[in-house]
Amino acid sequence: MSNLDLSVDICKTHWKNPITTASGTFSWSDSSRWYDPSLLGAVTLKGVAPEMWMGNPSPRIAETYGGMINSVGLQNPGVDYFMEHELPLMKDADTVKIANVAGHSIEEYCLVCEKLSDSCVDILEVNISCPNVKLGGIGFGTDSKMAFEVTKAVKKVSKKPVFIKLTPNVTDIAEIARAAESGGADGITLINTLLGMRIDVERSSPVVANKLGGFSGPAIKPVAVRMVYQVRNAVKIPIIGLGGIMTGEDAAEFIMAGADAVAVGSAALFNPTAPIDVLNGLEAFMERRGFNNIKEIRDSFLEREGK
Amino acid sequence: MTSLKIMSALVTSNDMIAKDIYRLCLFCKNGFKDAPCGGFVNLYTDDNSLLLPRPISICESENDSLTLIFKVVGKGTELFSRLKIGDNVRVSSPLGNGFDTAFLKEGAAALLAGGGVGIPPMLNLAKKLMQQHVKTIAVLGFRDEPFLVDEFKKAKADVHICTDTGSHGFKGNVVELIKKENLTADGAFACGPKIMLKFFSEYTKEQGIPTFISMEERMGCGFGACVGCAIDLKMSDGAVVRKKVCRDGPVFRASEVIF
Repeated sequence: MSNLDLSVDICKTHWKNPITTASGTFSWSDSSRWYDPSLLGAVTLKGVAPEMWMGNPSPRIAETYGGMINSVGLQNPGVDYFMEHELPLMKDADTVKIANVAGHSIEEYCLVCEKLSDSCVDILEVNISCPNVKLGGIGFGTDSKMAFEVTKAVKKVSKKPVFIKLTPNVTDIAEIARAAESGGADGITLINTLLGMRIDVERSSPVVANKLGGFSGPAIKPVAVRMVYQVRNAVKIPIIGLGGIMTGEDAAEFIMAGADAVAVGSAALFNPTAPIDVLNGLEAFMERRGFNNIKEIRDSFLEREGK
Repeated sequence: MTSLKIMSALVTSNDMIAKDIYRLCLFCKNGFKDAPCGGFVNLYTDDNSLLLPRPISICESENDSLTLIFKVVGKGTELFSRLKIGDNVRVSSPLGNGFDTAFLKEGAAALLAGGGVGIPPMLNLAKKLMQQHVKTIAVLGFRDEPFLVDEFKKAKADVHICTDTGSHGFKGNVVELIKKENLTADGAFACGPKIMLKFFSEYTKEQGIPTFISMEERMGCGFGACVGCAIDLKMSDGAVVRKKVCRDGPVFRASEVIF
């Protein structure tokens, strides 16, 4: 039928297409009841910390125009449980496996990366939006010096490519991306959720128990596209772009902005098969626009920009 | 491996059966096969400002048809209330774990308590118990206007009614009525407001009745991926574990729930 080649090669891993899941919106056991995850170029798993985290109290979810707010708080069973009970489910699956790493200190990040280096995981994605407990809870990702330090430290102990996942809640995203690149990051994932809040005016109370939460969904897409574009112009390393992707056209928009691959997040909570629907949509888009591969999508925009 | 889907179901009826309470009947060939008794479906609006699914408990189900009873509480349910015969609506395959009734032998008695929109899933349970030849006592609590009472009677349940306003039956709540009537059984099941479930569970614990309750928590995805609907359970060894209402429940052993 067609000669479409959707594959991409990222840090010596071969993806059959540029679509992955966003951390926190996918679990192998739950999502595979709706679709076969090995159809995706990669799967990105829920964040894991050295020990079990209980997360925040309920309610944790608020709906908002064009999106949602979550305050799950990275509830996870800890890296040992994850390696023993969750990774084996996908051990032999033909897709790139990306583990997402959470921690409250540089030591915690390193411990998880070190353990996961001896597993079937192909790429480590380090979520530096977590608060640094030793520094009064300032997010690692909001300070370029801390972003540099944590990247350098995890790179030293990791035997797998390391992607640093950036928070958008900063003044200058390019500065943080450059800090991660100088620290030795193999790639950048962006954006994490925007900090948001909702108040129930009928009850005069916050909608999520934690008061503040991460805002995601199609409403945040223009912010995400802008940040991917800015980071593309700031660093040379590969980018996984995400933030509000609902359709194949949305995925193409991130690729034109400079992403090497894209992740589907909240959309999978609104529609469980969204990652597959985005993949099919991207294919249809490429046929319609006459693009043969992913590079042609990106180049079409860069050429317009005279780059 | 993949067994769940989002389907387009046909609306075969949608009627207001009490103030703000609607009975929505859907048809989808083989869409609702093996629905768990006490499970739920995700119902989707076509409104892009309401992207999350609405989880609604199953009131009655057959292979091809589904009856849902919901209360209009916001914009999403308001849209569902306007669905007309012949419309299509997106609905998920049945989700969640239902009530375990296997421990009740023929001739045993079951105490069912339902409060408000917690009543509909108890109807499916009453029908299941009738087939199991288990005697059912159904205690139904309403704010003011009763609904589904005849359906429970058809399922051969011994029905007791209470209302907050006293307009029908006993004036007061479900647990007060159970205590007043000295109702007891070999197994107990409940769905309703958390406060009702708490007092019901305390009562059945005193009586030594094995009890299963259907919990509610605000959900995100409704199938386990987002971990939005967490509740804390105390296991028999004393350990506190955080479970997902959508995937591990919504039905839990009352003795494990931390209120």
